[in-house]
Amino acid sequence: MSTESTPALVKGAAGVDAVQTDGPAPAGPSARSPRARSTTAYLRYAAGKLAGAAVSLFAVLVTSFFLFRLIPGDPVKQMTGGRQVSTEQIAAMRKEFGLDLPLWQQFTEYCGNALTGDFGTSYQFRAPVMDKIAEALPATLLLTGTAFVIYTAIGIWLGARSAWRNGSAGDRFHTAFALTLYSVPSFWLGLLLIITLSVGIGPIPGLFPTGGMESGSESGFAYVLDVAHHLVLPVITLVAVEYARTLLVMRSSLLDEMGSDYLTTARAKGLRDDLVRRRHAVPNAMLPTVTLLFVNLGNTVAGAILVETVFSWPGLGGLFYQALSVPDLPLVQALFFIFAAAVILMNTLADVIYPLLDPRVGR
Amino acid sequence: MVTRFPPRPSRPRGRLRILLASGAAALALAAGSVVPGNPFAPAPQEAQAADGKSTLTVAVAQSVDSLSPFLAQRLVSTSISRLMYDFLTNYDAKDNHTIPGLATAWEPSADKLTWTYTIRDDSKWSDGEKATAEDAAWTFNKMMSDEGAATSNGSFVSNFKKVTAPSPDKLVIELKQPQATMTALDVPIVPKHVWEKVGDFSKFNNDTKFPIVGNGPFILTDYKVDSYVKLKANKDFWRGSPKFDELVFRYYKDQDAAVAALRKGEVSFVAGSPSLTPAQAASLKSTDNIKVNDAPGRRFYALATNPGAQTKDGKKFGDGHPALQDQKVRQALFMSVDRTAIIDKVFQGYAVEGEGYIPPRFGSYFWKPSGEQKLAYDPAKAGALLDEAGYKKNGAGKRTGKDGKPLDFRILCHATDPNDKAIGKYLQEWWGELGIGLKVDCRDNVSDPWYAGEYDLAFDGWSVNPDPDFVMSIHTCAALPAKAKETAQTDNFICDKQYDELYAKQLAEYDPAKRADLVKQMESRLYDTGYMNVMAYPNAVEAYRTDQIESITTMPSDAGNIYGQDGYWSWWSAVPAAGASGDSSGDSGSSTGVLVGVGIAVVVLAGGGLLFAMRRRSTAEDRE
Repeated sequence: MSTESTPALVKGAAGVDAVQTDGPAPAGPSARSPRARSTTAYLRYAAGKLAGAAVSLFAVLVTSFFLFRLIPGDPVKQMTGGRQVSTEQIAAMRKEFGLDLPLWQQFTEYCGNALTGDFGTSYQFRAPVMDKIAEALPATLLLTGTAFVIYTAIGIWLGARSAWRNGSAGDRFHTAFALTLYSVPSFWLGLLLIITLSVGIGPIPGLFPTGGMESGSESGFAYVLDVAHHLVLPVITLVAVEYARTLLVMRSSLLDEMGSDYLTTARAKGLRDDLVRRRHAVPNAMLPTVTLLFVNLGNTVAGAILVETVFSWPGLGGLFYQALSVPDLPLVQALFFIFAAAVILMNTLADVIYPLLDPRVGR
Repeated sequence: MVTRFPPRPSRPRGRLRILLASGAAALALAAGSVVPGNPFAPAPQEAQAADGKSTLTVAVAQSVDSLSPFLAQRLVSTSISRLMYDFLTNYDAKDNHTIPGLATAWEPSADKLTWTYTIRDDSKWSDGEKATAEDAAWTFNKMMSDEGAATSNGSFVSNFKKVTAPSPDKLVIELKQPQATMTALDVPIVPKHVWEKVGDFSKFNNDTKFPIVGNGPFILTDYKVDSYVKLKANKDFWRGSPKFDELVFRYYKDQDAAVAALRKGEVSFVAGSPSLTPAQAASLKSTDNIKVNDAPGRRFYALATNPGAQTKDGKKFGDGHPALQDQKVRQALFMSVDRTAIIDKVFQGYAVEGEGYIPPRFGSYFWKPSGEQKLAYDPAKAGALLDEAGYKKNGAGKRTGKDGKPLDFRILCHATDPNDKAIGKYLQEWWGELGIGLKVDCRDNVSDPWYAGEYDLAFDGWSVNPDPDFVMSIHTCAALPAKAKETAQTDNFICDKQYDELYAKQLAEYDPAKRADLVKQMESRLYDTGYMNVMAYPNAVEAYRTDQIESITTMPSDAGNIYGQDGYWSWWSAVPAAGASGDSSGDSGSSTGVLVGVGIAVVVLAGGGLLFAMRRRSTAEDRE
């Protein structure tokens, strides 16, 4: 008799009380510990995770300052390259950007300002960095957020199906197809979609815009539809390339659950196979997938640089590329920090939520 | 323990079929159905916009850095400034000679130090106020007194002593030194009554209040970062209103996507950055309704040598190869460059063989070496020159100096420029045959080793303005850095007395013909010294839709380019094709957008409803 799956877990996760008598009682603190103790333990656990996140954030802040100063090149030289500027003008620019100060002083000012959310002024755009980011963030969230919802749903659904019929033709097809798309460069796939579905080839008419987020002539509800129209191809590209990861994680974690006794029990009760999968197996296999979901959710902020470039999407990915090419230090630093912070926060959130999903975690 | 799975019940299979079917339906709907003649297909490109407005859409790749003419530095932004604001003078589209702009006439004083401009009385700001000399004087004074306002055009006023407007139609500029470029002041004149309210010029980007008050051929009406810049024709423009009602710059960060948009008719014009690739041009040439404009470029592409980096006061620095201080070695290197092969193989015909420093499109300043002076491709003669210079071939076929060390050079190459890399390979081969080793040093950032003088040779190139002053000035001794490794105006640390004398003379020469002659003498001197040798003038390759644009002025008008002209000729002159709106992405496209968008919404709702229904049913069964 296997004891690898605990009744508490099944109950906690799936809310089915069918396997209470199956196997010995679980080891370790039981779910029936006094609630107060459990809450304190949880709070201590959560506080630990939050403190860890804070330390990571600070480390990222420090890294973002020094890392980009390792890029060879003086930003002022790069920016003025090829233009008629006098030495006096260059000195004035250095002073304006604070590049004439000693490094330690630049660093302390950077940290102090960053704490108040002020990441300085972009060299190339002469505008507050946070304004530039605020301009580009919604576009990125819209694109990557939409894609995230779709590829997560497709990935989980197909992953669960593939595992359940492990080894079947459908499983082999889905896995192979997903892996093929996963290994396709996203910009190439994007260009193919532009050439076929946007410009049109042979009998296929051009259906979608070649790039951008809006045609710029709409307002109100027409504007929403216009943006949706522009959204289709980049989202398809992102979903095609990304869903494989969720599929594979979901598939492998469900495969781990497949031989478990609680599933046998559930079947023995006479539950339909479909219900056994959906109600019993999938919820228990979700944990690794949830981790991946949160990591992906963190990445939605960073956007998809290549896809944004191919589809001329006015988001953070494109902004980051432009900032790096100068290098526009304040912008690069802020973007790097925000990208990293989003992933750290999402991971922390995942850590904090875990115990609620799986009572074994965090005790 | 049971590890076998029970046989699958048949129900899920049926459900799978439903889901697959609905998925297929969703895809078909989202794809707008793949049947020709379906309602989602875009309207033909020739469609007339519903409101009859003609729109010229231009694909651009560069982000606008600022819409303030005091801060804008990028080509896209300065080109837009040209459209929004009038300049004192303009360049004739035919041959680049100076013609009236906001100023109708100009006159230097006898001592060459005071210039008086007559300002036209028929130029109005778009808010109805008259444009006067007072606006011009205010613009220049602001740049002279405010560092923020001097960011992009400060160099034009650095020699100004005083600027005044004694009357609404008179602008007087007093100079510290004579300056021949007074009819080439590329400074947008802004309305004083609007701009005097601006506080910090170093931060004001002029991109919040639309339309922006201007007096150029177009009025900027809307701008969305990295999406579009919209301008409408200025019906009151003194030279006459543009023919297109609207001009839109639309963003395509990927050049292939921009070319796709041109094919589709979403944009009317694509220039590429800086040029379409030979492959793109070739494929567009065979497309209906598209004209590829293969025009002489304004850039030169040169081989530069490090003549020994030095500061203004003669302090040497850097590590340039000493052999390159010998004129014979420099000339031998250039004589073993097969320029024809470079044009054919690397530029694939989209370039012209280089000779003088200024490209042929600037006719009045174009110079080429005479037969005797010309350093034609001649490897044998190059070998002889190297022998003369004391670098003979040793037994292994390597050239060695008197110290016995083999002759090995490094060449700085831009990692982002495929031409640099390709030509680098050819040079390795050609110079290798000559007995010289070459390391092609490709970097993302070439400016650091360049300013530090840590290179032997470099791939160099500049865009030349109608007034050649700037590209000539970067080879004067005055352009050398004050301190070692400091950013300076110098291009290659060239400092040549004879060249400097000619430069000073041309700057003080107000007679255009005499000045052009002096400039040509400078080019001749530059060619002979061999510090800079021009290999090619890359063409400007661009394309536009002939079913949207009937005609457009190139610059120079016979066989010139369209994008990034000195002036506003292309967009001001463009004539819409008969019956074309030039805006397929506008109304006709958006109705498609609406339909497809509705389709998507329907699919999402239907899919959601289906899932919900299925869930309901399955839980119902469970309860049973």
